[in-house]
Amino acid sequence: MKKIIGVSAAMLMLASPVIAEDIKIGISLGFTGPLESLAPAMNNGAQMAIAEVAESKSLLGGSNVVAVTGDSTCADTAAAVATGERLVTAENVNAIVGAMCSGATQAVLEGVAMPNGIVMISGSATAPVLSTVEDNGLFFRTAPSDARSAEVLADILKEEGYKSIAITYVNNDYGKGLGSAIESNFVAGGGSVTINAGHEENKGDYSADAAALAQAGGDILVVAGYADGGGGTIIQESLDRGSFETFFLPDGMYADSLTKTFGSQIDGSFGASAGTDSPGDATFKTLFADAGHEYNVYAGEYYDAAALIMLAMQAAGSSSSSDLKDHVMDVANAPGEKIYPGELAKAMKILAGGGQIDYVGASAVELIGPGESGGSYLQYEVKNGKFETVKYR
Amino acid sequence: MIDYINAITLLANYIIVPSLAYGSQLALGALGITMVYAVLRFSNFAHGEIMSFGTMISIFIIWLFQSIGISINPLPTALLALPFSITATIILLLILDKTVFRYYQQQRVQPVTFMIVSVGVMFFLAGFIRFLIGTSKKNFDDGERFIVKASQFKQMTGLAEGLSIRTTQAITVIVTILLVIFIFWFLNKTRTGKSMRAFSDNEDLALLSGINPERVIIITWILVGVLASVAGTLYGLDKGYKPFVYLQLVLPIFAAAIVGGVGNPIGAVAGGYIIAFSEAFITFAYKRFLTYLLPKEWAPEGLVQILSTEYKFAISFVLLVIVLLVRPTGLFRGKTL
Repeated sequence: MKKIIGVSAAMLMLASPVIAEDIKIGISLGFTGPLESLAPAMNNGAQMAIAEVAESKSLLGGSNVVAVTGDSTCADTAAAVATGERLVTAENVNAIVGAMCSGATQAVLEGVAMPNGIVMISGSATAPVLSTVEDNGLFFRTAPSDARSAEVLADILKEEGYKSIAITYVNNDYGKGLGSAIESNFVAGGGSVTINAGHEENKGDYSADAAALAQAGGDILVVAGYADGGGGTIIQESLDRGSFETFFLPDGMYADSLTKTFGSQIDGSFGASAGTDSPGDATFKTLFADAGHEYNVYAGEYYDAAALIMLAMQAAGSSSSSDLKDHVMDVANAPGEKIYPGELAKAMKILAGGGQIDYVGASAVELIGPGESGGSYLQYEVKNGKFETVKYR
Repeated sequence: MIDYINAITLLANYIIVPSLAYGSQLALGALGITMVYAVLRFSNFAHGEIMSFGTMISIFIIWLFQSIGISINPLPTALLALPFSITATIILLLILDKTVFRYYQQQRVQPVTFMIVSVGVMFFLAGFIRFLIGTSKKNFDDGERFIVKASQFKQMTGLAEGLSIRTTQAITVIVTILLVIFIFWFLNKTRTGKSMRAFSDNEDLALLSGINPERVIIITWILVGVLASVAGTLYGLDKGYKPFVYLQLVLPIFAAAIVGGVGNPIGAVAGGYIIAFSEAFITFAYKRFLTYLLPKEWAPEGLVQILSTEYKFAISFVLLVIVLLVRPTGLFRGKTL
């Protein structure tokens, strides 16, 4: 009897491959912790993609899709794993967008996603180690690895004619990886590094850090940290003590809050971050502003992360992670029709009709190697107290 | 000779001036923690968030003043806002005392239970503050930014090294000195202060001699409110306000209070400066300093750094462990006011 029921149930499923269902997507970001000021924009990005698809009722035969948020913190990996566990076991999410910081992401991947076979797509975890970590094909990221970024950054420093640099990095997976990668790339290109020192995030005082950097000297200070945190404060101290005037600012420092604080004091400082001149970027920013959200870095990458999960579900014809994981690369890359932000419903229709898409999205997504963004870069400079785009590379 | 002056200017610019300001902020925080410990006998982990609350009120008042055009240029508006934030913080503390701490005080619970209660209050306040002001960083220093600028100083003196003193640093140190003098005068010279000391020394004896415990506790919270909101506002003024940092600030403040001797106000002030200066002196790179002082051929090539700045945070804890091992009561005998 049992067998018959089982078989008939299986038959039923085969007969109607797409049944409208309630799909849940977990959004696990560091809503509290050292990067809590960046999380809201990322959340809004991911939520926007999910709302867009939910409204259009185009996913898997009109299934409803909702987001479930969780706090992965940034520094506390145990809390990140507990949140991931809750999303998967209590909320039964089909896939997870996030986590935000590299350390938390790796912890959730190893502690929750892999044992439960849940797909994770992060839009901001950039530590090089995530390229090589064992992931059973479950982990993707729409942000490029810092190993790639560091090459580009060292090239820019050389092109601008700097011979000796001082580096300060925020002491975590992101900062340490980026700092040492910039150092090795820069030294390999014939430059010299006077000091490569870490600073802890969110500490009470950075005058000791700034003092050590000032004593080491150098033509420019590379600040591989966070604009709202220690990185910004070290710039403040260095300017006040008169030890550095120009700063090299990687993505963590590319925030309007920095130029708001320092204005034209840091004119001539420059840097590069993941960025693109693809029309998708502009479209996304307009949509994002129209929805009443305040833009911040990686908001677009998170829109793309959430979009990729849903597109892969559509392509797989199933909302289960074990099926959709094989389709993420297909929907992200050529061949197929190019899909920009705001066109998710169209993409769903194409996929449902058996067609192919090449998702471009907000961040010009092109997934390479182990499922990470190849990355295009935006070089910027501070002019008259504002970040201005110099060129794309 | 000029080399010696350069070397001293170098130290003043990079260690003495910033550490004096940071030490003052820690000292005020540690003083608040020590008062609670001496009178109410528990470690108040919520102190960082209370500082944060006071700062938040200051910021709201500053925004209000700025919008209606009140300022005291060249001094920062924050000084005008201080009385308001002090009042608000005292009200908050009295409410917390009435609703939370009073109950445990009357039950005479273990200090550990009390400490955990304060952790609960800390989380509540942390959420409450984020709810009101958000999580992003806010700078609210206005008015003249520098008293002496590094480049000006070089021009004036003709030295190779610059010296810069921010207005906020000077204000921090001056306000700290005034406030510490007031607190010490209050504790040692006034009747209320003496009754607080008696209460802290021996609660039962104090009760027998007719000291009203409720009054002592309320006065303590009022002093803590003054100290916390001033410390928080000065800190935020000098370094920018970000709610998350105040949580982290509790650790060096506790280190300062314990190194100085918990419960001892002189110890708390000394502890603040000890923690701030040891962090700076131990992680400083003495390369340029020695280059000025030593003959040319002896000039060092490396950075001449005792410990890399990564270990800065560890220093206060190593100091803490050493003090607890060698002199468990702290440098100045702790436990009573």
